[in-house]
Order: sequence, then structure tokens, then C-alpha cells
Amino acid sequence: MTSGALRGRRRSLARRAFGPESIVWRLDGVLLVAVIALSVIGALLVWSSTRTWAPGSTGLLKKHLLNQGIGVFLCAGVSMMDYRAVRAYAPLVFLVSLIGLGLVLTPLGATINGSHSWILLGGGFAVQPSEFAKVGLLLITSMLLAQPVEGTDRPRGLDVLLALVVAAMSLALVMLQPDLGTALVLAAISASALMISGVRKRVIALLTLVGVAGVASVFFFELLEPYQLARFTAFLDPSVDPRGVGYNSTQSLIAIGSGQLFGKGLLGGGQTTGRFVPEQHTDFIFTVAGEEFGFLGAATVVLLIGVVLLRGLKIARQCDDRFGTLVAGTIVCWFAFQMFVNVGMTIGIMPITGLPLPFVSYGGTATFANLIAVGLLQGIRVREQQSYA
Amino acid sequence: MTRMRTRLIVLQALVLILLAALTVRLWQVQVVRGPELMNRATETRTRVVIVPAVRGQILDSSGRPLVRNKTALVVSVDRTGLTRMKDQGRKVLGKLSQVLGRPVAHLAKRITPCGPKVPKPCWTGSPYQPVPLDEKVDTREALQILERQEEFPGVSAEIHAVREYPGGRAGAQMLGYLSPVTEAELEKRVGLKATFSGVDLAGREGIEYVYDEELRGKAGLRRVQVDRMGKALGVEQEVEPVAGDHLVTSIDSRIQAVTEKALQRAMKSAPQADGGAAVVLDPQTGRVLALSSAPDYDPAVWAGGISERMYRHLLSEKSGKPLVSRAINGQFAPGSTFKVSSVTSMLRAGYPLNGKYSCPGSVNVGGRAFNNFRGIPLGTLSLHLALVKSCDTIFYRAAFEEYTRDGGRSPKKNAKEVFANTARKFGFGSPTGIDLPGESSGRIPDRRWKKETWALTSATNCKRAGTGYPEVKDAARAAFLKRLAHENCTEGFVLRPGDSANFSIGQGDVLVTPLQLARAYAALVTDGKVRSPRIGWALVRPDGKVVKKVPVPVVGKLPLQEKERLYIKNALSQVASDGTAAGAFSGFPMDKVRIGGKTGTAEVWGKTDTSWFASFAPTKNPRFVVVVMVSQGGMGAQTAAPAAREIYEGIFGIKKPAALPGGKPVSKLPAFAPDGTVIRE
Repeated sequence: MTSGALRGRRRSLARRAFGPESIVWRLDGVLLVAVIALSVIGALLVWSSTRTWAPGSTGLLKKHLLNQGIGVFLCAGVSMMDYRAVRAYAPLVFLVSLIGLGLVLTPLGATINGSHSWILLGGGFAVQPSEFAKVGLLLITSMLLAQPVEGTDRPRGLDVLLALVVAAMSLALVMLQPDLGTALVLAAISASALMISGVRKRVIALLTLVGVAGVASVFFFELLEPYQLARFTAFLDPSVDPRGVGYNSTQSLIAIGSGQLFGKGLLGGGQTTGRFVPEQHTDFIFTVAGEEFGFLGAATVVLLIGVVLLRGLKIARQCDDRFGTLVAGTIVCWFAFQMFVNVGMTIGIMPITGLPLPFVSYGGTATFANLIAVGLLQGIRVREQQSYA
Repeated sequence: MTRMRTRLIVLQALVLILLAALTVRLWQVQVVRGPELMNRATETRTRVVIVPAVRGQILDSSGRPLVRNKTALVVSVDRTGLTRMKDQGRKVLGKLSQVLGRPVAHLAKRITPCGPKVPKPCWTGSPYQPVPLDEKVDTREALQILERQEEFPGVSAEIHAVREYPGGRAGAQMLGYLSPVTEAELEKRVGLKATFSGVDLAGREGIEYVYDEELRGKAGLRRVQVDRMGKALGVEQEVEPVAGDHLVTSIDSRIQAVTEKALQRAMKSAPQADGGAAVVLDPQTGRVLALSSAPDYDPAVWAGGISERMYRHLLSEKSGKPLVSRAINGQFAPGSTFKVSSVTSMLRAGYPLNGKYSCPGSVNVGGRAFNNFRGIPLGTLSLHLALVKSCDTIFYRAAFEEYTRDGGRSPKKNAKEVFANTARKFGFGSPTGIDLPGESSGRIPDRRWKKETWALTSATNCKRAGTGYPEVKDAARAAFLKRLAHENCTEGFVLRPGDSANFSIGQGDVLVTPLQLARAYAALVTDGKVRSPRIGWALVRPDGKVVKKVPVPVVGKLPLQEKERLYIKNALSQVASDGTAAGAFSGFPMDKVRIGGKTGTAEVWGKTDTSWFASFAPTKNPRFVVVVMVSQGGMGAQTAAPAAREIYEGIFGIKKPAALPGGKPVSKLPAFAPDGTVIRE
């Protein structure tokens, strides 16, 4: 009896998950496939670039797969949630992310690979609150800007101001680490949310001016760390110091270029094996793709991220709800910015900043944050279709 | 919502532009610049280590090694590894200095790469090549290092090939030596730079130099894949080195040993002797059987790098400059040995072969009396006896007559200069072309030479003719020098009657090298053909295949008819038994092996005479030409002839077992097994 009831219950669970009315069938399949493909490529590249750390090891592959596994659960969980409910939690999420950023600055924070942006959890695990801060900021900004002025499709002035305030808060905390790359992503998230929300063009122009003035003052008042300034100089002319700051960009260009059209094959990259490019499992993982998979493989990675972006934009467009559109559009901008800066720096068209490549780079918190974002996208898509249905 | 839609469309356009930009740039980096960046990747990822080829051996005519490779334990240091250590490898070097017993500072200098501001000792090779620190470690020291690798990171003890000379000092100058290649040589010699590792050495002097390319072989290459820290990950490409060819020479190490000993004894027997040479040729082939020069030195000093002090010593007057081979660089007046040329000159000038010539004690040459040896008159002689008894006056008179016929002090336009031109046909006055570097050409003092020399020296001479020699204390000597300077200033360009007379008996300004004399005699006693002697006989690949035989080129012909040549040869055949060398050869079993030859005693102003003996044996069908020269050795019959006798005794086994059982030079190349070893019968 009991076993039969249990069986029935199990069957009903399965039916709910895969039955004709299940949300699984309403997920964006293309987006799903693209993210899975990127994750698989990422796992292969992490394996290839870290297996040389110790002879006969698989490097960080297992840890990365574990992270991805956790990420999938988070993604699924988030996509199951109604995004309108998420909207209610946005201030809380933002607050938690701010606390996380604050904790990094306390003695709980730890420095890994030269950046002080970690909180150690013990057992070899660590979180990077700045990655969650991206999600937190995009949610709170979208929430603030979702409420339009009555009868128009522009956000209210006060909300815009508030959005700028919350952005400034998280930016300030990240800059205290300091983490220039994440700060730039946060700025991009905030700016793109404002743009999508429909603020007047002159406001955008004004904010752009303020941004330019801000960057100028950063240079003028020498607020940048010397190494950050050096990276910019090296970006403008990598031959300035090929053994020093120019080293990374030179070596990464050599690694990618040497892959040529077809690449040297997985695990076949001599530059990767020789670890000539630094941080090749995180910030410079694209060089591994370029060397081992060649132009065809590297372009495929770009293309797959492009698919994610375009699907995200489609979800944003199809969403009738301002909040949903804002969240989806901002996620797209976040990924687009991060991908362009990351890939661009490896091929010498962007200065070097420490940013991971979404879905591909090794990094637990980043993987979680990226997959949560995908979960948000899927959630928006599912609810939208539901509301149409 | 329309505004948001518009903004999203703008966003979409932006995303597409970014994607396109990345793709285009990727294409540019990976496809357009791909090959270029691929090359740069190979450069950064790999280090080329050159694997030196084993240098070929130098063998004697029976395949016995004259120069072979000995394996030596070499301690080398991986410089890159050391410099990456926290203390720049100071600790390791400190320990190494204890084991090797050398100061740390010295070791540190040795591993520093050479540069414009880095003087020797420094490292000339590639920074990725291990630096050999000590080639002469013994097994105990090597084991100390190998067994405690953890204490000596980056240090290795390996087996390297080092040149070894089984014959010791024998033929040291002829064999030459190896030393590191200089920057200038790298630039000059095409192909050398690409294969030069910094470990292997280039042949210097002697046959090591002449056959350097063949002996050296082709260096191999190992392209080692390294990581960012320079740690080797594996071998990406490996080209095996091709071992150098062995050089089989015509040198017979047994004759060489006998020759060395005889020359050393001759040097000791003459108290003034300051240098000597002995040449043994196979006159029928023109190949060199032995070549010795005294003083000698031990070529092992070059193995593993010569010390600055030793090098300076070898170049100094005090050591007698043992690096100089007197056989090819010793230029001395040949004395009476030169008369073979003068007899030929007389014949070409028209003096009858079977004529009778009076040999007075003295003849008048241009108003000056020129004497026989000790002024003894020898009566009327045939040319045969003139050679056997070594009469001088016959040659003086003939040379003076020819001189006068050419116009004397005011020469005719087409002066025949028979004596000088005949000497040239004997091969004097120009290098023999032997396969050794830096050979001297000797000197034929004819009218042109006189003029050229005068042009070079007249300024000094004319000045001295005025000022005299106030710095010379001996008044008589100073006066003589002043008179000489005056004479040279006013008429130094004129070939004087006395010059021609001196020339005819190999005195005065005429200079020959022992090798020149030997090949002239070789031509005279065989077929009249003047050859360019060769030491190298054949080049043999390590697997035993003969790659190339070294031919002996014929470069000239003696101006003698067969009858005349045999006449002169016959005369010379009597010298050792009845002539000037009879004393030196008394008791020699001439019935067994008849020796022919000519003594020479050349006066050197202010020094003891140069002792010469040019000879051949057996007289009937000569297989050996032996020339011995001892500078400041005195009379030819006194020093050089006994040395030559000792050489013949060794060759034919007069007292001891014969060096050559058959009494003939080896005529067949040694046979090689496929592994490159010599098959002995």
C-alpha cells in the first residue's frame, strides 16, 4: 500500500515535471543548448589548462564540474521561481550582496591571485561576493526603474536617482578591494539598465559626460593603482615592456594566433602546456580555446555567447513586463560587456582587466552568478509564455 | 513599452557589431597573422639545444689512432636553472667549488655568458646549453655530484669526448689542436654558426684545421619544449648528430715515433741546437710518412681549454716556440743539399754532364776569393764526384759565369737566371701546398727579390749608413754594420757576383723549408715529378665506408732528362758510403740497405751552422726520403746525418726489430668493420 502510494506520488512528480503542461517544454531550448555547449567547452578548457599543474592530474576539472553542478541547481531553482516574486526579493538580494562586499573588506576577506575579493569558507571553498553583486545590482536597478511615470514609458526621476545611488554603493565597495574589472561590469549593468528603461537621451548624454569626467578624474588624480595604469599603457603599445606588463597581452596573442585556422587539438596546445599565458584557466581561458581549437573553435565560442545574447534579447523583447524586460536586457548587457572585454583583451583590442569569460572560465561564484542569470532569463521566458497561454 | 523595444533593438545592433568585431579580429589574429604567430610561439615555447657530433679520429696508415676521443667526465651546470634559484645558485656553486677544489668566483665567471663587457673566462655558448665547468673530474668527484642530486640541482656530470693523443708529443704541430671558436670565425665561416653549440670546438693548426669540416661531422639538434619558467617539458624535435669522418693519414705511427726519437737525440747531441725538423716522405706517392719538429710539446694541454699562462709559455722564446712546425715553417739556407739544383742549373746552362771540372781551393768571383770548405783543393772532378765530395768552387765558377752571361751588375733585359729558375722548378721559393695551414714559401734571392727588398729597406739602411751604430758597443762590429748599411743603401738592389756564388751552394739569402727539400729529393730519386705532399690519405665514414681519397697532385717536373736524373741520383747514392756522410754511416750495412743522400752545412751569420741531411733509401728503388734539419746543429754530417741514420735503422730494423717489416710504406688503406673499428690482420 504504502509503496504503491509512494510510486504514485513519484509518478505524479514526474508527470508534473515532464507532462504536457510542464514548464520544461516552455524553456528556451536554443538558450539552453548554447549554455550547455559553452559549459562543456569551458570544462574541457579548464581541464586542458590546469592538468599540467601536477603530473597525471585532471587539474581543476572535478572542482569545476562540481561548481557547474551546483550552478545547474541554482539555475533550475531560479527559473522555477516567478520573476515577479523575485522582484519582491530584489532589495534583500541587493542588501545581502552589499554585506558580502563589505565582509570582503573585513578580516574575513582573503587575497587570491593578487585580488582581495574573496571570503574563505573553509575546505578549499571560497566565494567572491563581487560576482553576486552583479546579480544584486541588476535586480535592484531593474526593480527601481520598472515603475514608469504614469502614462509614459520613462522611469521616474527619483527612481533614476536611486538607481544611481545603489550603483554608486556597490561600485564604491568593489573599488575598495580594488577590482577594476568588476567595477566596470557594475557600471555597465547600471548604465544599460538606465538606457533600456527609457530615460531621456539627454539624461543618457549627461550620464555619459559624468562617466567620462569620472574616468578622466581617475587618471588626473591618479586614483588608479600603478599596475592598472601600466596595463593601459601596455594596451596602447604592447612593445613598451614585452617582459613586464606587455607580457600578458603579447603571450596571449601568440597563443591564440598560433592556433591558426584549425587549432592544435584539445590538450595539444604547447603554449597552454608551457603556461606561457598567465591565469589561463580563468581570465585568459579564451587563449586556450584559440590555441587548441583554432579560429573555428574560438569563433564558435564567440558565436555561442552571441546566441545566448540574442536569445536573451529576444526574451527581453517578448516580455510584456517592464521588470522582466529590464532584467533580461541588463543580463544581456552584462554578458555582452564581460565577453567583449574578456575576449577583446586576449586578442589585443581591449586593455587587460581581470574579468572571467561567462560560462567558460573557471570560478565557482562566477559560474553560480552566470547560471542564476540564465535561470532568470528562462524564468522570464517561461512566465511570459504562460501569461500569453 | 515601444521606447524600451526601440532601445532593445539598438542594443541588438550593438551586440551584433561587437560579435562581428570580435570575429573579424579573431580571423585577423588566427588566420592572417597565424603563421607568423605560430613561429613566434615555437620560438617562445622551445629551446634549441645543439648536440655536438663526435669528432672523427685521425688514424695512421695502418689505422692506428694518432688522435682519438677519450671519454671524459664533464661536470656541467645548467645556468638558467641556477639563476632562477632564490640565491642565484650561490649555494650550489659554493658546494661545487668544494668538490672541484676551485674558487667560487672562478666558477661564477665561467658560467657568465660572454659579452662586450664580460672578459674571459666566460661562457661563449648558448644560455640554454649546459656550461661545462670541469672536464677533468675523476669518478669520485662525479659520483659525489650524481649521488647527491638534491644538493646539486642543475649540476650534472656527463661523459663527453675529449681529444687524446696516443702518440704523446709525436707530431704535435702536424696534428694541430682544438679550441673554442671565436666570434670572428663564426661570422666568417658559413654554416658554422648554425651548427655551433658552444660546446664543440674548431680545429686549429695542423690537420685538425685543414680537415676540420670533415672531422667535425654534423651537429644534431634537440628542440626542447619548455614552460614559462624555462623548465624542460619534453623533446619536440630531435635530429641525431652525424659523427665526423675519420681521417686516415699516410703517417706511419711507427716511423713517426722513430723519427721523433732520432730528432730529439740529434737536438741533444748539438749543444747549440735551438730547433729541428725531420720529414719522411714516400717518394713514389708523395705522401708524408712522418713529420716532426723540435722543440715539441704535449698536445694534451689543449684538452679542456688551455690556461692563459701555458699558452703564453708555448708562444715564448724561452720555450723555443714549440707550436711552430719547423718542418713547414722553418726557413733556413739549405747549404750543400741545394747542389742538386745547382748541378741541374749547370746542365741547363749547357755544361756537359760528363765533363771534367777543376775544383781548386778557391776561385775569384767578382774580385773576391770564394773558398772550398776549409780551402782544400780537390783536383779535377766529374760532376758525380763534385757532388760526392761536395766541391764548392765548381759551382761558384759556373754560377758566376752564368751571372756574367746575364749581364752581371747591369743585367740584360732577358736575363736567363738559370740558377734561380731551376731552383724554382725544384719547388723552392713557393709553398709545397701540403695539407697543413700556414706553410712558409722559402726564398729564391734573384734579381727581382733584391730590388723588392731594397725598396723596403733602403730608407733605414741609408740612414744607418750616415749615423752608424752608436748603440753597438763593439767598435769593430759597429764599423762592419755601418759599412754593410752603406753597401746595402747604395747598391742593395744589385745582385752582386758574390750573391750568385753563395746561391749556387745554398748559402746566403736562399731559404728552404725541410719539407721543400724533401719533396725536391723525392722527385729527384723517383720519376722527376714534383708533387704537393699530402698527409691525409682517405676520409672514412664512421661505418667504415671510404668517402673520399685524398689525391697527391703533381705540380711540376724537374728540368732533367732521365739520364741526367739517374746520374745525379747515382752520385748521391755514394755520399753515405764514400762521401761527406760516410763517417755518419760507418758501420751501416749498406749491402742490406743502401742509403743515398747529401749533407748540408749552412752558415748563419752570428750563429752556429745549420745542419742538414737530405737522403733516400733504398738507392735502387727508393721508398723513403728522409730530410733532417737541426738549426744551430753544426755540420750536416755531424748532427743531421746521424739522426737520419737512426731513422733508417728504425725503419729497416738494423739494430732493433724493424718498424716496417717489409721495408716498404703501407700501400693499402686499412680495412674498417661496419662499426668503424679497424680490422687488423
